[in-house]
Amino acid sequence: MGFISALLMTDQNESMDVRYVANLARLNLTEAEADQFQGQLVQILDYVKQLDELDVEGVEPMAHAIRVENVYREDVVVPSMDHDDFIANAPASINNLVRVPNIIE
Amino acid sequence: MSALHTKTISELSSLLAAGEASSVELTADVIAAIDAGDARIGSYVEMNKKQALISATAADARRAAGENLPLLGIPIGAKDLLNVKGQGNRCASKLLDGYTSPYTATSVARLEEQGAVILGRMNMDEFAMGGSNENSAIQPCRNPWDTTRVPGGSSGGSAAAVAADLAVATLGSDTGGSIRQPAAFCGCVGLKPTYGMVSRFGLTAFASSLDQIGPLTKTVADTATVLQAISGHDPKDSTSLKVDVPDYSQALKTDVKGMRIGVPTDYFSEGLDADVETAVRAALATYESMGAELVDVSLPHSKYAIAAYYVIATAEASANLARFDGVRYGARVDGDNPVGLVKGTRAAGFGPEVKRRIILGTYVLSSGYYDAYYIKAQKVRGLIRKDFDEAFEKCDVIAGPCTPTPAFPIGEKSDDPLQMYLGDMYTVPANLAGICGMSLPCGFSSGGMPIGLQLMGPSFGESALLHAGHAFEQATEFHRARPATSTEAS
Repeated sequence: MGFISALLMTDQNESMDVRYVANLARLNLTEAEADQFQGQLVQILDYVKQLDELDVEGVEPMAHAIRVENVYREDVVVPSMDHDDFIANAPASINNLVRVPNIIE
Repeated sequence: MSALHTKTISELSSLLAAGEASSVELTADVIAAIDAGDARIGSYVEMNKKQALISATAADARRAAGENLPLLGIPIGAKDLLNVKGQGNRCASKLLDGYTSPYTATSVARLEEQGAVILGRMNMDEFAMGGSNENSAIQPCRNPWDTTRVPGGSSGGSAAAVAADLAVATLGSDTGGSIRQPAAFCGCVGLKPTYGMVSRFGLTAFASSLDQIGPLTKTVADTATVLQAISGHDPKDSTSLKVDVPDYSQALKTDVKGMRIGVPTDYFSEGLDADVETAVRAALATYESMGAELVDVSLPHSKYAIAAYYVIATAEASANLARFDGVRYGARVDGDNPVGLVKGTRAAGFGPEVKRRIILGTYVLSSGYYDAYYIKAQKVRGLIRKDFDEAFEKCDVIAGPCTPTPAFPIGEKSDDPLQMYLGDMYTVPANLAGICGMSLPCGFSSGGMPIGLQLMGPSFGESALLHAGHAFEQATEFHRARPATSTEAS
């Protein structure tokens, strides 16, 4: 058995790497959190696996409770919310703009 | 006159209309009750005493000018995830420390237009994730019937305040049971409307295809009044439906002769507490004695609802909560670069349950797992909906347990997320299907904790829920019971 197929044979949930996924989610975890979540989430995913008992062949995925087509409004100008109120919520601002660390070196 | 804060909207509305009380008196009375009693319960995370009294004065002026709306001058609390201009909106999270809402949610704005007095903001599980209110980063919330027990969640503060007479009514939100489950645990009425009936504009989104705002009140009639005010199309929410809102007061009938009440046989299964089963079966017998017809209905896919829900809800949450990045609002942890800032802010700002769900949701949406988890869960969601469609061909409403157990002790499940999730087994199916559901008091456990009867109706079946619920209330006394307002406990 090759390395790749051996990997594919391993339990799907075992392959969930909490640290890797947390990085995708832009979330720093402490070591203690990562260890705790790893165990808990594998347990939850094991529970979710019971969905495999069901034959869903041909069933339409239901993304929403109601079918809504594109919703448009008339293209009329209405008052916007107050700019100052928004900037007042920013943790850091400069010249009435939100301030963040350098994005471009 | 007995204390105003203990009365229902219907009673207060009559007193206000007759000039026997003013909104200022009422609001001051509720504030005094909160000052005296909420240290023990922890249901409010923010009070707006000054603004509430200003609104009450305005309501009294409107009444003096001849207005007589059912909510004019009635104090109502809003869950801490509804934006109210000028107030905080922390979602019980450290991440939103310091945030001030620049606008008002449509549901709250409609209450304000009716003259309701917005009292303050109700405690909850952080970002509405939890079933016990133990995930509030601000303060614990306790069940007024037994302060060693949880009030339920995520709208725990909304339910506890109504049950303890610290608010006449409140708004909550329900993604998987977050209105109905705390209503059941605290012994009040809580209704989750049909998806799309109430605008979500201004609601901090958890899972957008499941979230609905709804009332928690002391009686079914009061629920009808609040629901009337907040329902209806809103151009600011693209998922808000263009349907006519019925006159819900017309639904408050007491005769249930010929009503077909579906009994979900699959919901009386293992895991259901004996006291809960006894109370719910007694409620069904009450309906039968009142002339309703009991019909067995089958919801075979509901047992997969928790598994499907925790895939779909976390997937949607992982996307919705991406906006909390410390850039535009809330607390920020600085970093050397933007990614460091975002990761550090989220690490410091989110509590453990929110982190767990973001990670789970990110995982089920990630490449290689999307079909196996997310699409599969959506297909199962379709099967659950189909079960309900077929059941409602045979009955007008479905009546069963709202929760598998009464309110559990604080700390009992806080280290075991899966056990906590399983507590949502009877409420989650209605969210997945998009139908409406309501919990109302139907008895007490041997330990004296309230038990909730869940009524579920088809899409736009709110009138049927209110009819069945009101009739039950008129035939029973459970909704009149109040927890002892002992100050010795806790």
